Amino acid sequence: MIAQNIAFGIIAASATFGALKLVTTRNVVHAALWLVVVLASVGASFLLVGAEFVGVTQFLVYIGAVVVLFLFGTMLTRAPIGKLGGLTSARWWVGLVVAVPLFALLAYALLDAFGDEELPSDALPQRTADVSDSIFGTYLIPFEVMGLLLTAALTGAIVLARKE
Amino acid sequence: MLLNQFLLLGAVLFSIGVYGVLVRRNGVLVLMSIELILNAVNINLIAFGAYNESLSGQVFALFVIAVAAAEVGVGLAIVLLLYRNRQNIDLDDVSSMRG
Repeated sequence: MIAQNIAFGIIAASATFGALKLVTTRNVVHAALWLVVVLASVGASFLLVGAEFVGVTQFLVYIGAVVVLFLFGTMLTRAPIGKLGGLTSARWWVGLVVAVPLFALLAYALLDAFGDEELPSDALPQRTADVSDSIFGTYLIPFEVMGLLLTAALTGAIVLARKE
Repeated sequence: MLLNQFLLLGAVLFSIGVYGVLVRRNGVLVLMSIELILNAVNINLIAFGAYNESLSGQVFALFVIAVAAAEVGVGLAIVLLLYRNRQNIDLDDVSSMRG
C-alpha cells in the first residue's frame, strides 16, 4: 500500500513537472521530449491501478507513434531546432487567469464529491482477455465505428497533405 | 490508494493543457497541449473504472487513444497545409476568417 503511494507520488511529480515544462519550454523538439515524459508517467499510473492493456497501449501508440508524428510535424514545418522566441503569446497571463481558477474549481468539486473514497485495495490486474471480451462483446459496434473513423481520418490527412 | 489522487492528477494535467492551448502560438505545440487534455480524460476513465470495478472505463480509454491518434493525424496535416500556404505556423496570423 505504502509502496503504491510512493510510486504514485513519483508518477504525479514527473507528470506535473513534464507538463509544466511542455507548456513553457522555448524549444519545439524539447517540448516533444517532455511530452514523452508526461505520456510515460500517465502510462505508469495506468499500470499502477492494474489496467495493463491500456498502459501498454499508451506506451505503444502514444510514445511509439504520436510523438514520432509530432517530431515529423516539427521537421516538415521547418521549425528552427533550438531556442525560439514567439512560441508563447505575449498575453500569457490570460491563460493563467483561465487555468488556475479552472483547477481550483475542479479540485474543490473533486474533494467535495469524493473526499476519502478508496480504490478497491485488492484490485488485481484486469486480464487482457476480459478487456477484449468487453470490446468485442458489449462495445463491438462502437469498435467498428472507431475503425471507420480512423480510416476516414487518415484518408482525410493524406488528401490534405498531398501535393496537387 | 485514494480515488482522488488520480482525479486530482487528471485535473492538474487538464488545467496545464488548457493553459497551453490558450497561450501557445505554434500549431504543433497547441496539438501537444491537446494531447495533455486527452490524457487527463484517460486518467479519469481508468480511475473510475477501477473504482467501480468495471472494464468499461478501460474500453473507453482505448477509444479515446484511438480518437487522439486520428486527431493528431488530421491536425498535423492541417498544420502542414498552413505551413505550405503561409510559410509559418503562427496561429495568431491565421485570421483571414475573422468577421
